[in-house]
Amino acid sequence: MTAKTMERTGKELEPRAKQELTGAETTRPGRTYSPTVDIFESDDAITVLADMPGVRVDGLSIDLHEDVLTIDGRVANDLEGKDERVLMREYETGGYHREFRVTNLIDREKIDASLRDGVLRLRLPKAEAARPRRIEVRSR
Amino acid sequence: MILRSVPTFQSWPLAFGELDEMRRGMARLFDSLVESSGLQMAGVYPALNLTEDAESVHVRAELPGVKADDLVITMENDTLTIAGEREMPVEDDDGVSYHRREREWGKFRRSLAIPVHVDPDHVEARYRDGILTVTLAKSPHARPKQIAVQAEA
Repeated sequence: MTAKTMERTGKELEPRAKQELTGAETTRPGRTYSPTVDIFESDDAITVLADMPGVRVDGLSIDLHEDVLTIDGRVANDLEGKDERVLMREYETGGYHREFRVTNLIDREKIDASLRDGVLRLRLPKAEAARPRRIEVRSR
Repeated sequence: MILRSVPTFQSWPLAFGELDEMRRGMARLFDSLVESSGLQMAGVYPALNLTEDAESVHVRAELPGVKADDLVITMENDTLTIAGEREMPVEDDDGVSYHRREREWGKFRRSLAIPVHVDPDHVEARYRDGILTVTLAKSPHARPKQIAVQAEA
């Protein structure tokens, strides 16, 4: 992962409720949320950034099975002390789960993932065959 | 009633199609019908959770991707203020194209009156895995005290 330059702006952050998953996808006890993501593509890779606060490396699993990419995170169970009493609750905690379909050919051996400050950064390098080639136009 | 739907796979024009889009749509619909969470919303970023134990009050916030150096935490009388900025990363590569851009960035400032007497000289803040925890020590008179019961003969 390379160092990123940052840009400051005057924009104000607005609160948004976490997106909870319900129904078939939740196969474990507790709440599961859909993490907010950025996904961008360059000539040689696709990068996924996912907000997963409370997830540590040992609770994270990333799987690329055929063309389905699955990101799953469990939060540590020591986020709150056992004898703490709730006075006010504005957000719930739980795991994270999200699936994507990847149509590009990915070089699986070179997938790189890092987790820092609750943000997953996942780099999926494109396989050589999937990289864009410039098509020369010949005049005749 | 529990409604479940199996997403049907179509060919997606983007490199990333989302499998759980329909499920989330259902979740949103359900949320709009039933206010089941019981959460209090202040309408100001970030959302806070407030807990107490015998010695302390704990204030927590999910702030993924914020650097500890960019957080300013102040205590004035009984009001705790958490301010900072989540920066927008600028990717090195030229000509990246976005498939999704859901993560938000910007400045924030949130104040909260602490409903328990605390000692402003004993406030600690820690940031780990994207979660900020501010621990405020209770004033001695706000801590629970067990009262011994005298048995009378």
